[in-house]
Amino acid sequence: MDQLVPYIPLLLRGALVTVSLAVLALMLATALGAIAAAGRLAGGWIGQGVVLGYTSLVRGVPDLVLILLIYFGGQRLLNQIGSGLGWEYVDLSKFWAGVLSIGFIYGAYLTETFRGAYLTIPRGQVEAAKALGMRPLSVLWKISIPQLIRFALPGYANVWQVLVKSTAVVSVIGLEDLVGLANDAGKSVRQPFLFFMFVLLVYLLITWVSTTGFNWAERRYAVRSHAR
Amino acid sequence: MRVELVLENWQMFAEGVWMTLQLTGLSLLIGFCIALPAGIVRARRVPVLSPIINGYVYLFRGTPLLVQLYLVYYGLSQFEAVRESFAWPVLREAYWCALITFSLNSGAYATEIIRGAVETTPEGELEGARSLGLSPGQVTRLVLIPSALRRALPQYGNEVVFMLHGSVVASIITLQDILGAGRTLNARYYLAYEGFLTAAALYMSITLCLVLVFRGLERKYLAHLDIQAPKAKKMKFALR
Repeated sequence: MDQLVPYIPLLLRGALVTVSLAVLALMLATALGAIAAAGRLAGGWIGQGVVLGYTSLVRGVPDLVLILLIYFGGQRLLNQIGSGLGWEYVDLSKFWAGVLSIGFIYGAYLTETFRGAYLTIPRGQVEAAKALGMRPLSVLWKISIPQLIRFALPGYANVWQVLVKSTAVVSVIGLEDLVGLANDAGKSVRQPFLFFMFVLLVYLLITWVSTTGFNWAERRYAVRSHAR
Repeated sequence: MRVELVLENWQMFAEGVWMTLQLTGLSLLIGFCIALPAGIVRARRVPVLSPIINGYVYLFRGTPLLVQLYLVYYGLSQFEAVRESFAWPVLREAYWCALITFSLNSGAYATEIIRGAVETTPEGELEGARSLGLSPGQVTRLVLIPSALRRALPQYGNEVVFMLHGSVVASIITLQDILGAGRTLNARYYLAYEGFLTAAALYMSITLCLVLVFRGLERKYLAHLDIQAPKAKKMKFALR
């Protein structure tokens, strides 16, 4: 235990890297998921084909393989394009490679969450709004999206929980996140068990805090019954 | 893209595929053996046993597989007692560490799946079995388990794919699975992506095969449920 205490500030900095990576990746995934869900619902056959390719790719390939491909392959690709355009050498940072890969992966899962939530909204409501003379954009903004949030929240919470855990894999490309730092520090003081136990506890804490947060949000957006 | 290098080293990838399939298959098998009793106990809320299983499930589902693997592979060796015990020849090997971790991990996820299936078993099925004079043990063995396992099939199919994908972390502790082969190829010829692309293609084809197999199994074993719900789910797309 004595060996762990001096390293706690360092490990907490690592945890901050993990959490910020997860939050940025979730934001990217939300944007990608929303665009892809729109493409799937209203993109015609080209849009649907592109989205189907995207989701199948993500479902078929493990996260670590995609991360390595984006980090090493993406670096090469970026510089091949760059040298053609006369740029200087571009260095893809580990952090942003992680955000890009994880965001890309979980965007595919959110596509399905958003699409499912959209399809749960009763058709009659959109039709009624149109009949009242609302413009398409305000139908989307005032009728569809508020309900979409309500229906998508449980799935969204699930994606977040899985996303947080998958950030651990980014330490493989050398990112100094919670796992990477604990690995280095634990080996240097020859107490890897202690350090990894600490990592497990931090992940459980993140899981617990976010479960509480999402439960609150689900109650907040739940249907308020008029029956009472 | 230098395809010829991949083709020259096809044997390495074939061995990688075998390693991945072996690790995934064995972990799923052991995990299932843990999950079947654990899932039923968790559904029935047995005192003392259920809280222990809940803790196990919470720990393994709430934390990354990579960290669990590190804990077993690097962590356990720090203890003198482990290094001098009879289990050391096993725990020293990356292969066994991966197998133990993956089995426990898959067991935790499968426990939740089986618990869900047991809890949603229609009460009438069990009442019918009891009214025919079956003993409680017979009801569980002959009615509850077969019925619950059938309904767990779609989710279990997802778990199989996730275990396949989760097994990539084995390559981090030096095992030569599919990704391990890809990484070796890249390191040997100073390549950036050929090995990873090959690995991605291999994982994708195995996933596709698994999805097709489970679709066939579902058509066979869930046929009786389709009478009530003629529109079968077209695509499985869930997270674990």
